[in-house]
Amino acid sequence: MTTAKQLANFQWPWQYDFPPFFTIQPNVETQTKQIQAWCELVLDYQKHIKSYAIDVQESLSSPLFHNAKIKRKLPIDGVYLVLNALKDKGLLEWQDKKMSRALLMWRSAEEWAKLIFNWAERSGMTNTVCTLYELQLGNDVKKEEFYEIETWVLKRALRVLEKKGKAVMFDIQPNDNDNSGGVKFLS
Amino acid sequence: MDRFMWVTTISLIKGEFEVIQKHNVRIYDGDNRTNFDCGTLRLTSHQLIWDDQLQDRTISLGLNLVQKTEEVIAGFNRSAKIILYLQSKPTSQEPGPKISSQFNYIRLSFRAGGQSEYYAALCNQLSRKRWITQVTNQRQATRPSGRHMGIVGIERKIEQKQKETQSTISQAFSDLNALMDKAKEMVAIADRVAKKIEEKKGQLSDDETVQFKSYLLSMGINDPVTREEHGYGNKYHEELAKQLATFLKSLIEKSDGLMTLTDVYCMYNRARGIELVSPEDVFIACKLFESLKLPLRLREFDSGVLAVQSESHSVEVIVEKITKIIKSKGCITAEELSPLVKTSITVAKEGLSAAENLGMVCRDDSVEGLRFYLNRFMKDP
Repeated sequence: MTTAKQLANFQWPWQYDFPPFFTIQPNVETQTKQIQAWCELVLDYQKHIKSYAIDVQESLSSPLFHNAKIKRKLPIDGVYLVLNALKDKGLLEWQDKKMSRALLMWRSAEEWAKLIFNWAERSGMTNTVCTLYELQLGNDVKKEEFYEIETWVLKRALRVLEKKGKAVMFDIQPNDNDNSGGVKFLS
Repeated sequence: MDRFMWVTTISLIKGEFEVIQKHNVRIYDGDNRTNFDCGTLRLTSHQLIWDDQLQDRTISLGLNLVQKTEEVIAGFNRSAKIILYLQSKPTSQEPGPKISSQFNYIRLSFRAGGQSEYYAALCNQLSRKRWITQVTNQRQATRPSGRHMGIVGIERKIEQKQKETQSTISQAFSDLNALMDKAKEMVAIADRVAKKIEEKKGQLSDDETVQFKSYLLSMGINDPVTREEHGYGNKYHEELAKQLATFLKSLIEKSDGLMTLTDVYCMYNRARGIELVSPEDVFIACKLFESLKLPLRLREFDSGVLAVQSESHSVEVIVEKITKIIKSKGCITAEELSPLVKTSITVAKEGLSAAENLGMVCRDDSVEGLRFYLNRFMKDP
């Protein structure tokens, strides 16, 4: 759960205080704009609280979809509309068939891949092997945006690089959350 | 049999009520047949009344005189009977159909059946002895009263009542006829007053006078288009459309260029007063506005609501008006909007949804109701 302190310096968009934001607009064009705004808010919010997981039931009562100040709540249909829009952008994966929990990447795997590869080039890590652990929590990456990146996101990013022929992975476990193994960046 | 008395009018006394009656009953004086045959025998709470409509004779026997009863079931060649054993004749009693009798019982023969039911009812009434409390009144009630006696009297009374009703009805209708005759005159007067007020327009400032004027203006149509004049074809509807256009001109301006078809229909018929037109005819006539190049249009909203719109008041104009109002108020419901643009709530709703379709406004649907805001989503870069 998110605390008020965590959200203290979060910059809510103007839409958040605009009551119609919480009603799914019947006009298609308006709705597209509205959903777009929601997607941005969800990503910013998740990024702010550094969370990659979203539970639909929990999120319904979280400040994200519930503005207590203006007494408006995005109905569950709306929440699904937003989350599925994120899925279409490749930023969200449902964890179960019932669509009750999802993994959310506030940056797409491609973007992460680019960030990581740039870092590898900059710090001369190409053609050497790094462990996944080093990429997540190593001293060298402390100032990088991908510091503390979740294992499953990291693995997806590295897979993108692998496909492009820019990296090779070793001893990778099929479990999404197992960070054993390593990667070799190719120049 | 000598206990029976003549009755001139069957009238029940206070507290007395009829229980049962059977037709085709013959009275036997003891063992002997009498000529009191084929009559209707009524049982009331106080007495037995035997009544022969053909010969106009009615006799009665107080239940207080009945001592004992007996039922005889019908047999071969013999109808069912009830035997009543009677007390001796009271000395004060007036002479009845039979001065004296050797028997202290009578028999009632039910030739049309139904004696069991009758017998049960009779026993029931005898056990209740309702006559005791009102024995004094009973005497007076059975005595002849008034000039009209017997069945003829009853018939006369009914006839008289019918006549009264008839005259009341015809009187009422003659009033209505007179009103119909005057209707045309009244319409003409209303029109004249309206014109006069129209002439003095500049001098009127009072709100009430203005309102009165508007009532009068929407009151009368001098020469309603009728089928008698224009037949049943297209011509009738065309004429109707033309008259509607002239009639609605000022009204529709006042209601911001838009009126629902229902409102149009009501106002138009109210103005006609008599010679009403059907909704179907109004509808057909309104459809002709365009082809007749009249300054009105029949418009169907997405919700299926039909409205008549003046040509100069297109959707864009209404939407513009609505956005202007919302801009100044922040947000609005259809109910709040309707008085501001002087239309019905239905029209206000249609206007709002038109504005929504054009992307000018957006909605906030909450427990507080459906409110509309300016569409800031679209303005945001």
